[in-house]
Amino acid sequence: MAIAVVLVLVVVGSVVFHLLSPWWWTPIASNWGYIDNTLVITFWITGIVFAAVVLFMAYCVFRFRHKEGSKAAYEPENRKLESWLTVITAIGVAAMLAPGLYVWSQFISVPDDATEVEVIAQQWQWSYRLPGEDGRLGKSDNRLVSLENPLGIDPEDPNGQDDVVVEAADLHLPIDKPVKMLLRSIDVLHDFYVPEFRAKMDMVPGSVTYFWFTPTRTGTFEVLCAELCGVGHAFMRGIVMVDNEEDYLAWLAEQSTFAQLSEAQQVGTLEEERP
Amino acid sequence: MVDVTPGSRDAVPPAEVPDVELYHPHSWWTTYVFSQDAKVIAIQYAGTAMAIGFVALVLSWLMRLQLGFPGTFDFITPEAYYQFITMHGMIMVVYLLTALFLGGFGNYLIPLMVGARDMVFPYANMLSYWIYLLAVLVLVASFFAPGGPTGAGWTLYPPQAILSGTPGGQDWGILLMLFSLILFIIGFTMGGLNYVVTVLQARARGMTLMRLPLTVWGIFTATVMALLAFPALFVACVMMLFDRLLGTSFFMPALVEMGEQLSYGGGSPILFQHLFWFFGHPEVYIVALPAFGIVSDLISTHARKNIFGYRMMVWAIVAIGALSFIVWAHHMYVSGMHPYFGFFFATTTLIIAVPTAIKVYNWVLTLWRGDIHLSLPMLFALAFIVTFVNGGLTGLFLGNVVVDVPLSDTMFVVAHFHMVMGVAPIMVIFGAIYHWYPKITGRMLNDAMGHFHFWVTFIGAYAIFFPMHYVGLVGVPRRYPELGETAFIPDSVHDLNAFITVAALIVGFAQMVFLFNLFWSLRYGKEAGGNPWRATTLEWQTPQTPPAHGNWGKELPVVYRWAYDYSVPGAPQDFIAQNDPGPPNLPRHA
Amino acid sequence: MSVILVFLLVIAGIAGWWLSQQRLMSKPWLEHGPDVAFAQEDVTGMPTAKIGLGVFLAVVGALFALFASAYFMRMELSDWQAPPVPRLLWLNTGILFLSSVALHCAVLASRNDEIRTTRLALITGGLTALAFLAGQLLAWRELAAAGYFVDSNPANGFFYLLTGMHGLHILGGLVALALTTYRTWTKPLDGRLKLGVELCAMYWHFLLFIWVAVLVLLAGWASDFIDICRQLLS
Repeated sequence: MAIAVVLVLVVVGSVVFHLLSPWWWTPIASNWGYIDNTLVITFWITGIVFAAVVLFMAYCVFRFRHKEGSKAAYEPENRKLESWLTVITAIGVAAMLAPGLYVWSQFISVPDDATEVEVIAQQWQWSYRLPGEDGRLGKSDNRLVSLENPLGIDPEDPNGQDDVVVEAADLHLPIDKPVKMLLRSIDVLHDFYVPEFRAKMDMVPGSVTYFWFTPTRTGTFEVLCAELCGVGHAFMRGIVMVDNEEDYLAWLAEQSTFAQLSEAQQVGTLEEERP
Repeated sequence: MVDVTPGSRDAVPPAEVPDVELYHPHSWWTTYVFSQDAKVIAIQYAGTAMAIGFVALVLSWLMRLQLGFPGTFDFITPEAYYQFITMHGMIMVVYLLTALFLGGFGNYLIPLMVGARDMVFPYANMLSYWIYLLAVLVLVASFFAPGGPTGAGWTLYPPQAILSGTPGGQDWGILLMLFSLILFIIGFTMGGLNYVVTVLQARARGMTLMRLPLTVWGIFTATVMALLAFPALFVACVMMLFDRLLGTSFFMPALVEMGEQLSYGGGSPILFQHLFWFFGHPEVYIVALPAFGIVSDLISTHARKNIFGYRMMVWAIVAIGALSFIVWAHHMYVSGMHPYFGFFFATTTLIIAVPTAIKVYNWVLTLWRGDIHLSLPMLFALAFIVTFVNGGLTGLFLGNVVVDVPLSDTMFVVAHFHMVMGVAPIMVIFGAIYHWYPKITGRMLNDAMGHFHFWVTFIGAYAIFFPMHYVGLVGVPRRYPELGETAFIPDSVHDLNAFITVAALIVGFAQMVFLFNLFWSLRYGKEAGGNPWRATTLEWQTPQTPPAHGNWGKELPVVYRWAYDYSVPGAPQDFIAQNDPGPPNLPRHA
Repeated sequence: MSVILVFLLVIAGIAGWWLSQQRLMSKPWLEHGPDVAFAQEDVTGMPTAKIGLGVFLAVVGALFALFASAYFMRMELSDWQAPPVPRLLWLNTGILFLSSVALHCAVLASRNDEIRTTRLALITGGLTALAFLAGQLLAWRELAAAGYFVDSNPANGFFYLLTGMHGLHILGGLVALALTTYRTWTKPLDGRLKLGVELCAMYWHFLLFIWVAVLVLLAGWASDFIDICRQLLS
């Protein structure tokens, strides 16, 4: 008997918890509102199913619990009922899958006007590289990584000379411009995760992964690593700032290019060698 | 349909199944230690699995203490935390759940339920246990090895699993883990051959496949899957050992670790993930299918009603088993694999929800117009349905590729898989132990302690994992020993974490009561008799309780009916055992 | 993962064929009495040990299919450079084939109750298998001497891994074969021993098949074949 009451309480409690909970996703700051919508559809459908199944079970326990002399019905199967339930389930599943696949097809087709931004992860910090004035990122290879060239940019590639290098500092992005995040790792798996952007993707050493999004809200957002990458995993934080056009350009003007950085380093080493 | 004339019933030919050549123990050692009796092996398996599971439980308390009260416990460094989660996860999934369901319940129940004297290859069966024990000991040894156990996460993803940034990566930890898994797989294969071939070859006369209890169907299908899926883990482990010890680059790309170029180059970490999850996803159902089977029998027996839609249940088990081999990459939506895979794997993953849902419907429809005895096995079965439905439905979030993108690698995932393959199967394990303990020991488990255990475990486990989904929705990533000052995480999340920790500790305490009950009832439990639940299946019809060596005395049972003849109209009792010829001319209902 | 999926499809086909004979569509609650379940449907009617070995070979097959899958996936990456296949491997293949033939002769001889021929054939099978293993070790040394070490290229790694894994399975088979051969002296040549000989032969034929598959993989024919298939499809 108590179990019937508890089953009802589980449903009521879960629904109340869901409705009153202050714990909900962070306010969105990208174009991926579709993902949130799909999630909400899924919440509704699954919530109804959960409540229906558990409440039905509670009713059965209450109504058909053992009493002196009671006897169970004999019903091996009911094909009609089972077929109906199968069809309804299939419809419910399709109702979640269809929008999911639709949004996924958008998620993986990057718009042509998206600017490329490269994120480079290493244990346990984030660095970035923006294409310079030519709009193209130079080649890179983990084999080229060294103290002087921490991001492994190919010095032979002319496209790379004007690339803007942001080493272990904050990334700025202009608002309302689609960006294609190219993700690269120089040691282990990482995952570039900004909860407000919804999108994320693992970074795999040896290959370049990507996702795209359009920032829709200015502000400061935290970058976390979402793929276990060793003991410092939880402390691998960074900052992405979404700026309006003006602020963004001002920030960009302060950054150094790959050519400038390598030149400075060469001068530095020469000076060291002199005495 | 086919029916038997009363006359022919008397003319049962003798069993045509040749008796398995039974091994005979000669000494105390061969009776209780190096025994080839499946029932003894089952208890050895179950005891070892529960012992190592207890270690994993303690590890989970330590993790929860750190998450609930970060900074309070100095000895839980990030290194230690990662070692705890890794060992907790691997132990629970492989060394507890797989071993307990297949090695424990499989060994005990399969021969009894199909009406065999023993497993068909008893010697290999014994070896299976001893290799399993060795695997467990190797795993435990890593706690005492230099550098401690591996902290690579239970998924052991390279490259970090074998690098120095991960605890145990360049020490003994990862090596012992890989060796232990390889041993486990070899041992399991020996046992698995037994479970499969026993069902194929040693069924009693009259025990057609469609007369098998669903427990046997579940364990049988899960074992077939495990035999085909574990080689994937084996391959992954061997190749990783090559990478770690011989310097090959199967999985290892060119990389720079802590400013130093390593000699690896060109390998693919994603390849490892494919191999791992090709094992890892079937593994979920290797744990779930035996639970599905067992819970069907618990519900049917304690609701005194045949399982609703038996045929559908069998087909669903087979369909889930087959489908589970083509959904593995739904664990890899954000791994950087080819994005088009997402379409395929999201579709197959959501299709698998349909047979699973049918099983749930049939469980609750079995309750409908039943005669529900709210005994402990039934209570645990109900708790299983609640937690399984909850966890299964959140699976629809994570299986639907684009919804998975924001949720992957957050606490939502942790809550989901604990609900669906942690709590739910454990509920079935408890229910099954309360159900079969009287057969194994001849005594009932204490009811009062059992009820305390049930209520605290059910409500407590739900209180742990239901709110945890919302921690994940906020965006808290998994595998973070502490959240630190993170702007998007409100302070209330820390309070919720503390609440979850307290709930986890209480649930953990209730398990001590359960363990105590197991030993206490051995001596002081109520005498059970041969068939306390008045169940139909063969294991309750043995001449002795606990069943003696060889199970059936002189003659093997002959099976006359399916496993679910409860409350048959016109029958004198509300159950007819499978080996009971039954009253003549019983009316049949279509 | 295409190789393992094809392999599983074959397994599913066999399982499906078997299940289709088990009257899964029947309504068990309408059928009672032992005689609706005919004896021949109860169990497969084959020796249990043979079924057991069959299931085990399916597991071994899955293992090698997974290695092959991994091989193909790793092969697509740019750094792949297959080592030359040592000539010796062809000789080894011949020896392993002889070993399989010898065991087949043992089966035929045991069926005719020719105990001496059986013994001779079993010993020949065992010795040729040992010769195969020795040949494999020589091939390893030859490769290593030519500078193809296990860690110098993933293709080399796979070469050692696959041949080694196959060799270990032969080694395990040799234990069973030695036991069976010993029994031909100590036990009468009854049905049980004949079954033992048959199982050894079955295992040997399967490992010969696996070896040929591994060789096809290592020699690069498998990838050529796949390329041709791809071209035909596109």
